Amino acid sequence: MTGPPLLETRGLTMRFGGVTAVAGADFTLGPGELRCLIGPNGAGKSTFFKCLTGQLRPTEGEILFDGESLVGEEPHSIARRGISIKTQVPSLFDGLSVAENLRLAAARTRNRAETRAAVDEIVGLVGLADRADSIASQLPHGQRQWLELGLVLACDPRLMLLDEPTAGMTKQEVARTAGIIREIGRDRAMIVVEHDMQFIQMIAHRVTVFHQGRILAEDTMDNILADEQVRDVYLGKQAGAGRERSDA
Amino acid sequence: MSRNALGLWTMGVLSLVLVFGVPAIVETFALIDFTLFIAMAILSLSLAFVWGFGGILCFGQSAFFGLGAYTYAVAVINMGESTVPILLGILLPVILALVLGYFMFYGRVSDVYLAVITLAVSLVFYYLIGASAGEEYKIGSARLGGYNGMPSVPPINVPGNPSAAVEYEALYVPAAVLLAVVYFGLRALLASDFGRVLVSIRENEARTELLGYDARRIKTVALAIGAGIAGLSGVLFCAWGAYVSPTVFSLVFTAQIIMWILVGGLGTLTGAILGCVLIQYLATWLGETKIADVNIVLGAIFVAIVLLVPSGFVPMFARLGDTLMRRRGEAGS
Repeated sequence: MTGPPLLETRGLTMRFGGVTAVAGADFTLGPGELRCLIGPNGAGKSTFFKCLTGQLRPTEGEILFDGESLVGEEPHSIARRGISIKTQVPSLFDGLSVAENLRLAAARTRNRAETRAAVDEIVGLVGLADRADSIASQLPHGQRQWLELGLVLACDPRLMLLDEPTAGMTKQEVARTAGIIREIGRDRAMIVVEHDMQFIQMIAHRVTVFHQGRILAEDTMDNILADEQVRDVYLGKQAGAGRERSDA
Repeated sequence: MSRNALGLWTMGVLSLVLVFGVPAIVETFALIDFTLFIAMAILSLSLAFVWGFGGILCFGQSAFFGLGAYTYAVAVINMGESTVPILLGILLPVILALVLGYFMFYGRVSDVYLAVITLAVSLVFYYLIGASAGEEYKIGSARLGGYNGMPSVPPINVPGNPSAAVEYEALYVPAAVLLAVVYFGLRALLASDFGRVLVSIRENEARTELLGYDARRIKTVALAIGAGIAGLSGVLFCAWGAYVSPTVFSLVFTAQIIMWILVGGLGTLTGAILGCVLIQYLATWLGETKIADVNIVLGAIFVAIVLLVPSGFVPMFARLGDTLMRRRGEAGS
């Protein structure tokens, strides 16, 4: 890797009573890099994200973003430093319209004219231009996911964390989401948690495998798929299933 | 015309009627009653803002109201001129709210405990002031008087001229103007960026924080704004009756403010005014005619409204109006 990393965790650990959700994760992400995070349910991926965004305070370990420690910072100040997250279950302002949702996200760093321009641009980018006045709670699930993607984007972050951005989507929606992510990933770093192997193959260069709170492997998608150890803990069935679907 | 603009014009005309029309038609005696309703409507607005838009269930709004009233009483007795005491009556509740807000919001106290803490603060004032009956409890020349309260509080005067008192029916117009200023001020605040973020915190606090807004700071400021308005209302109340007693901190009184808002409709400003005036008027009328016990009737009404019109009157009428408009639109097309 060239240059200093954008994000680095050292021995990151998060315990809940007797359960260790993240157990000493050493993770490094370069500037502008797009990384996929995979692993079985309960591997600690979402907890890892919550530590990065300040929603949880890690029990041990260090998080460095652009060389500065994030441990103990409040969620809003981490967001201000340029880390923005799409949560696993879309977290939106359900009573507000699509445009109002985006306006709230965009307005913190922009004046009124800039906010309007940003909302117009993003609403098109995430494919909701014709739904701009719809109330968020009335959107179908796939569009709710896109709207949250738009909220994250409206913060103009340097690092985007996307927790299962294609969960509950149809095949066409997944393909479209991959398109959106490739588009917005051109000029910013991104970590994507996913289960859908086909989707990962559409977007990822490097993949990190989480298992029992630790990083098990980190490599290109092809090498990961070939890795015996990874197949054992997680991929075996799913990778086969993914192949079959792509053959069909 | 949009519903928002229509509402704004309606309220504009209504406030002109309230300030200029009402004093011309209504008798002096009724005008004095109306002044009290207005002071209470300002209090109702303060909680409507904090609870209905900030999502902060402040069960002790009366603490800020009472503190404003007592601050005014003590200060005006000592100073003899009302301008500074009025400002202090607003400032002290604001400071109390900033301190309380700091501990509650920065300490991430959950909503239920927040209601309990604010209620407890109000009751602490109730017993504290109640225990101040002795000669020795005085601030400057102002005796606190325990449960007997503080009588003969000087009225508000024209700023800089202590001999020009604004009392009895003359207090009506300034009070009505203040009500309009508070109402339109809150509307403007809610339409601003601050107001939008405040409502977004009510809708989804975690998401608002992840967008980079400091919910703790914004909620503390909202509580302080509500406290200042409640303090102003307390000042008016105290100056109106020339009297204040610890009942302003009582459980019955603080619960009543919540009732006004539920009757009018949580999440609306007009509802807070309407609910307050309706209940106050009814209570006064029942008290004068002695048809039935005030508390029993109010209790029954409260139960009926929570069961039958849980969203309150103003949202109900708004929905009714929308339906009628749609029907007419369909019939016309």
